[in-house]
Amino acid sequence: MSLPANAMRLETIGLTKRFGDFVALDGVSIKVQPGTVHALLGENGAGKSTLVKCLSGYHAADAGALILDQREQTLASPTDARRLGIGMVYQHFTVVPGMTVAENLLLATGELPGIVRWPRVRAELAAFMQSTPFQLDLDARPVDLSAGQKQKLEILKQMRLRPRLLILDEPTSVLTPQEADEVLGALRSRAHAGECSIILITHKFREVLAYADEVSVLRRGLHVASAPVSTVTQASLAQQMVGEAVSATLPIERQATPAAPARLVIHDLHAHGDRGTPALQGFSLDVAAGEIVGVAGVSGNGQRELMQALTGQRRILEGSIHVAGTPFRGTRTQNRELAVRSLPEEPLLNACVPEMSLADNLSLRTFDEPAFAHLGWRKPGALRSLAATAIAAFGVRTRGPDEAIRQLSGGNIQRVVLARELSGRADLLLVSNPTFGLDFAATRDIHRRLLEARNAGCAVLLISEDLDELMLLADRIAVISAGRVVLTCPAAGADRQALGAAMGGIPHDYPPPVQLSETEIAA
Amino acid sequence: MNDIVLPVLWAVLGGAIRVGTPFLFVSLGECLTEQSGRINLGLEGVLVLSSMAAFGGAYLSGSPWIGVMAAMLAGALLAGVHGVLCGLRRVNDIAMGIAVMMLGTGLAFYLGKPLIQPQAPTLAPIMLGSTSSSAQLQAALSINPLFPLGVLIALALAWLLANTRWGLIVRMVGDSADAARAQGLSVNRVRTLATMAGGAIAGLGGASLSLFYPGSWNELLSSGQGLIAIALVIFARWRPLACLWASLLFGGAGALGPALQSVGINGAYYLFNAVPYALTLLILVLACTPYRRLQGAPSELSVQR
Repeated sequence: MSLPANAMRLETIGLTKRFGDFVALDGVSIKVQPGTVHALLGENGAGKSTLVKCLSGYHAADAGALILDQREQTLASPTDARRLGIGMVYQHFTVVPGMTVAENLLLATGELPGIVRWPRVRAELAAFMQSTPFQLDLDARPVDLSAGQKQKLEILKQMRLRPRLLILDEPTSVLTPQEADEVLGALRSRAHAGECSIILITHKFREVLAYADEVSVLRRGLHVASAPVSTVTQASLAQQMVGEAVSATLPIERQATPAAPARLVIHDLHAHGDRGTPALQGFSLDVAAGEIVGVAGVSGNGQRELMQALTGQRRILEGSIHVAGTPFRGTRTQNRELAVRSLPEEPLLNACVPEMSLADNLSLRTFDEPAFAHLGWRKPGALRSLAATAIAAFGVRTRGPDEAIRQLSGGNIQRVVLARELSGRADLLLVSNPTFGLDFAATRDIHRRLLEARNAGCAVLLISEDLDELMLLADRIAVISAGRVVLTCPAAGADRQALGAAMGGIPHDYPPPVQLSETEIAA
Repeated sequence: MNDIVLPVLWAVLGGAIRVGTPFLFVSLGECLTEQSGRINLGLEGVLVLSSMAAFGGAYLSGSPWIGVMAAMLAGALLAGVHGVLCGLRRVNDIAMGIAVMMLGTGLAFYLGKPLIQPQAPTLAPIMLGSTSSSAQLQAALSINPLFPLGVLIALALAWLLANTRWGLIVRMVGDSADAARAQGLSVNRVRTLATMAGGAIAGLGGASLSLFYPGSWNELLSSGQGLIAIALVIFARWRPLACLWASLLFGGAGALGPALQSVGINGAYYLFNAVPYALTLLILVLACTPYRRLQGAPSELSVQR
């Protein structure tokens, strides 16, 4: 095999990075062959991001060496890395939201001419885009683009610089399976053509097995294994990643619950997004007592607005929400009377008062009830003992009930909110992305709590962008696309491809929601 | 009928330019500042201080154009204070803007005390209507020499923001500070410079207050025009050319009272004088809803996040 012209060979030797006492990266040595796709696999906090930040000049390693094309290099800044041909596509979007695609692509080069001759620049950009697998409208603004299109713009920005090594940090987390296939397939063929080498950070086994040539697994800052993808299996990778044999099993049993009438009925819901554009366009869904209904979809298809409409944070333009037969407006009184509880995404932002103590946050729903207040005065003793009980019952790791809640880690904040929402009676639980950014143990713990609530007869609406989570937990799955339900089916035996297709390319003239029966799914 | 409508129309048109010119400069200055992602409520203070500086400069030097220079310099310096202080950690640009507004007016009152009595040389108008026989037409078409400059700045700003390295950088900083930092740009430096340039442009508005219309210096000169101009930027959706039309609209509204008075309609003089303020309220009510973000607003503005 002849050595590819542009692609870079990269080797790290004993790379180590400490933050205070915490060792984020502990003597990691990996090799990336030129013209290949190298996957980096690991849980949250395993050190993947730290490693690539050392490679792209954002962190200076404390020990170890970096060898690019057989020459040792030190990267003092991202500019150094860029000069050597290392490009990085971040997990969060770095596009400028209010400027056009053409302007974004021009800015990305970092070499702006004093006066931009737009006709010439546009012709150049159009020709450049023709040479890539992605086509975007030069005049579109990222605020109006889908997540998938924004991700393509991020990759285009890097490709424009003709990098010799392209690092992608979870590039497919906001894409439909079809979009992910398109993006990763295109990148792999570029690598195999010798144009660049690629490091792909991911936690999706499917992508590693389908698109990577080699894979390295990190666990708690340590390099666990590296191997050609042809020699590994999903089971072996999973075991290396978490350190023990695990499979996607339920943390507790799913008990049979009796058929029940619908507790939550959403009918023909319409609502606008933040910019006044339609976000929910005729969303209808029922949730019965004792079942978990999962709402699957690609981020930005109305999930956020749905949760806000349900919890009273967003005005409803049309349609209705009924809980136990009563029109529901999400007021505090109604939440109490109908036992509606919610676990919104980003709980520190949406369900907590960050500066208040853990005890105060735990009592937000109940502090004015007779048990905790007398004649308008709070009973601090009762509040503190409530907090102590919740901390113990939900395994919250904290310095005590008086600690400000913003000091806690994401998983512990999630546990506190869950403790508050599940204390007392809960007949309806509204949940949105409950395990986003949490580690394996915290995720499993939260899954168990949700199932317990379901088994106890609570109706659970679970909005999640993690399809695996929904297929594991839900009784039924509804797919949301462009603000309405385009497919509902039982979760048991649901077909990933069918769900993925529904999540993505549904044409504008929507067919009515398809109700797949068990037999059709099996077929 | 024509005896009333035509003169009022001419007076409103002339007034639109005469009264609208300070609005134009302040709104262009604020437009540039906000495109870089920062709000400068202090432009009201800049307007008052720079009108004092213009008057003082013209009085001391005998040349109104030196007064104009002094106004721009004073505007840039006061806005620079805002720019630098807002770059510090945990400083809120709204609160700082109010402080700068009070600092500017306070400084102007203190330094401007000796300037209330004397007469300074004012800017000579451009007489577009000199061939006309109608006195009203002549009055309406004697144009503030700074107004064409304002139109030029509006055109230039629109072109610069869309077509130059400098404009793209200002807009990138205003729309995504993270992206700008990733490019190795100093967000604070860009914002401070944009704020100072905005202050210099707004200073021209002060000069046209004290050196053209009304053409004297006193403490009630601005009466909140700087704040109205800041609201105009929202109405204009952060587009420099729209700032021009919005300023003319507000100038015309402000000239309505005097125009009606000049043809003998005195009935609701004060009511008509309040039209620009009512218009500001109306526009803000119509333009803003709690249910969506404003189109065209730079994402980094503290009120957008």
